[in-house]
Amino acid sequence: MNDWLDPLLLSRWQFGLTTIYHFLFVPITIGMSLTAAVYQTAWYRTGKVHYLQLTRFFGSLFLINFAMGVVTGIVQEFQFGMNWSTYSRFVGDVFGAPLALEGLLAFFLEATFIGLWIFGWDKLPRGMHLATIWVVSIGSILSAYFIIAANAFMQNPVGYELNEARGRAELTDIWALLTNKVALAAFPHTIFASFMVAAGLIITVAAWHLARHQNLVTMRPALKFGLWMMVGSGILTTLSGDQLGLAMVQTQPMKMAAAEALYDTATGADASFSIFTWGTPDGSSELFSIRIPYLLSFLSTHTLTGTVEGINDLQAQYTQLYGPGDYTPVIWITYWAFRWMIGLGLLHVIVAVVGLWLTRKGRMPKNKWIWRAAIWSFPLSLAAMIMGWIFTEMGRQPWIVFSLLKTQDAVSPNVTGLEVLISLIAFTVIYGILAVVEFKLIKRAAQKGPAPAPEPDAESGEIKPLTTVY
Amino acid sequence: MDLPTLWFWIIAGLFIGYFVLDGFDFGVGMSLPFLGRDEADRRVLINTIGPVWDLNETWLIVAGACLFAAFPEWYATLFSGFYLALLLILLALIARGVSFEYRHQRPESQWKSWFDGMIIVGSAVPALLWGVAFANIVQGVPLDEGHNYTGTLIDLLNPYALLGGLTTLLLFFTHGVVFVSLKTTDEMRVRARNLAVRSGLITIVVAALFLIWTAVIAEFAFMYLVLATLAALALIGSWFLNRAGSEGWSFALGAATIAFAVLALFTALFPDVMPASNDPANSLTIANASSSTYTLTVMSWTALVFLPLILAYQGWTYWIFRKRVTRAHIEVAQH
Ligand code: HDD
Ligand code: HEM
Ligand code: HEM
Repeated sequence: MNDWLDPLLLSRWQFGLTTIYHFLFVPITIGMSLTAAVYQTAWYRTGKVHYLQLTRFFGSLFLINFAMGVVTGIVQEFQFGMNWSTYSRFVGDVFGAPLALEGLLAFFLEATFIGLWIFGWDKLPRGMHLATIWVVSIGSILSAYFIIAANAFMQNPVGYELNEARGRAELTDIWALLTNKVALAAFPHTIFASFMVAAGLIITVAAWHLARHQNLVTMRPALKFGLWMMVGSGILTTLSGDQLGLAMVQTQPMKMAAAEALYDTATGADASFSIFTWGTPDGSSELFSIRIPYLLSFLSTHTLTGTVEGINDLQAQYTQLYGPGDYTPVIWITYWAFRWMIGLGLLHVIVAVVGLWLTRKGRMPKNKWIWRAAIWSFPLSLAAMIMGWIFTEMGRQPWIVFSLLKTQDAVSPNVTGLEVLISLIAFTVIYGILAVVEFKLIKRAAQKGPAPAPEPDAESGEIKPLTTVY
Repeated sequence: MDLPTLWFWIIAGLFIGYFVLDGFDFGVGMSLPFLGRDEADRRVLINTIGPVWDLNETWLIVAGACLFAAFPEWYATLFSGFYLALLLILLALIARGVSFEYRHQRPESQWKSWFDGMIIVGSAVPALLWGVAFANIVQGVPLDEGHNYTGTLIDLLNPYALLGGLTTLLLFFTHGVVFVSLKTTDEMRVRARNLAVRSGLITIVVAALFLIWTAVIAEFAFMYLVLATLAALALIGSWFLNRAGSEGWSFALGAATIAFAVLALFTALFPDVMPASNDPANSLTIANASSSTYTLTVMSWTALVFLPLILAYQGWTYWIFRKRVTRAHIEVAQH
């Protein structure tokens, strides 16, 4: 067999690419459905028409995105069976349950109520129509919980027992599975990070309009809203990331070592956090670095004198436990993905704080560079999110389920490299085309700005409900 | 009934939900070239399913996830074995799903006709391939001792399976066209009714052939014959009611046809879930494919609590959008 037709390698590329792609839309759904719900609530309570305009405007951006989230999500679910059938046989008893719960409890809710929200403006009483968007928002957050609980099992298997006779893991405690400490930490981290991405989108769009002095009535409050949302969720993302780091060190110390490219176990001041390292390509020795002493010790143990295990020690330990093999993830990926996640995230909090200062008491900065910088908010916060997931998933390697099953043993034995190559090319092409179309549509809708305020009814003074159709 | 058997029937129920609901979406999509004479017509057609296509499609996601949780072996064998067929279904569903949302984003007619094309193909391909897949499951496929499928895509395209595919294609088409006449007014309603009369006749013939051939595979088992007869009677009744202009009942019997047909296929399968055509010892059965008792218990409680709730709010949604869609309605609305 040719090397490049290796079904394992191709399946990994396919899963990684399609999952990252799915996750470009997910944070927008999670963050923007909440944004639309907040604006619609504001309209409901105050009757101020610019809140209605903002609801409809951000709602329309969210809907262009939503369709993509749905269709790419189906691919995710099918791929476990299609490409990773050995994995599915091994963990299905455990892993299937949260996926089924997600479908029954969350996806149905989202998919039903999104239809009610889009097409129900003139069919439901106002209060009930408002409730539908809240249900969508809650549904999207619930679905994130279940999928993260499933993923957390892969990071830190709990609540199961190995059944030797059937050669598989079996669920013994659903509660333990759903309260996996990795899930409890990863869930808030992912949700708050999603809010950062949505805040980034709002800032980008508002800044684009304000830089052109247009749509001031709606875009000024939108900018404020986005900036506050960014600061708030940024702080919460950082705090929850810190908790997640603790859980990670306890469950997968190798990942922390890989995040730091820490080859030798270090204690106290030596357990320093490197902000930048220029080393030999394999990372085994360093040429230049900027380091903060104690910080790594603090991140990993919340003490200044903690010990952080290094890659070499862990590798030796794992070889003893699990037999000979390479238990080290690809260091340069984990190292840089971890830094870009944190770096881009912290950058955004700083930018948002500066933005709040510059726009205090209704000021509008004149300097066009400030506006240009603000427009990068959305792409860069999305990039931070993606880096976080690349770190999480690549840092778990070579395991697909930590300590139980290796990725190389998880692939479908009967699917050929050619078949995977065909699907990989097909997904790449169709996703590539759709990415361009989606980007242009969102950009067009965003640049068009909110629709003009609807005229109140002459007699009652009320705004007539709008009819929506495809 | 033990838990694995219970879940076998729940899975059947979820697929019935999926085929009844997404079935008419596919039918509406495929009817565009027949019923959509101008832009307003096509928008009327698409808006008959606008608010509900996403929730209908979610039945597939839930059926798939429950299959994974309740019968991991079945899920693994089926999805890895039918790799390329499922790839085609996925690509079709992607193209179709984004088209509903993207079609109306730009005014150019070239843009719209692109997405119309994707809706038509994206509806026809899954309508055909789901039948091919289910017929193959019932007929049996070659499996090794590890329950891995050993055939190729071409093996899946055998005459019996193709007949199964043609059956679902026609069944969903007619089901969707009846739905159109149920959801529209005036000229469109009449044209849809007439189209369903014509396509219904072909559907009856093809479906009858398929049910008879399946009877041979099922070795004329009594329960299968009962359910297949009920499916056939419902289909014929649906045709007569449609011709008589009673769309609502015709649609209900169309749904009953699909339900009885799926039940008949699952009966033909029982107690296997994936019979091995090369060696019965390699077959996947309800017993050797299912999850542990604990997992199935958890799943049963969840389904018991949430399925009624789901049916309630989805039924309510259909009730909210019960009004017929008219050209006038489309023209005053904005998006
Ligand atoms: C806007 C995005 C964003 C930002 C600013 C941050 N993170 Fe993050 N991080 C993510 C987005 C993210 C994520 C949503 O992509 C991940 C992937 C898996 C997960 O649960 O969240 C993640 C994973 C992740 C992990 C891996 C957990 C594991 O594999 O078990 C750790 C240790 C941290 N983060 C820690 C932090 C810290 C200490 C941050 C700030 C100081 C931080 N993150 C900012
Ligand atoms: C949405 C955010 C996620 C992203 C961006 C992401 C990214 C990735 C990437 C890049 C890989 C490839 C790693 C490699 O080359 O081996 C991967 C693998 C994988 N991930 Fe994730 N992942 C995400 C969430 C999840 C979740 C929630 C699950 C489980 C429910 C999951 C399950 C898997 C599986 C099964 C593999 C394949 C085996 C492997 O190659 O490791 N992922 N993911
Ligand atoms: C690899 C694992 C994953 C699988 C199997 C998966 C599966 C799916 C499926 C089937 C859908 C379509 C639902 C519908 O029709 O409404 C979907 C959408 C969605 N998924 Fe995923 N998903 C994965 C990763 C993730 C992650 C990591 C999150 C959250 C943190 C997430 C959150 C969502 C949300 C909020 C939606 C709603 C629609 C949208 O995104 O626009 N998914 N996913």
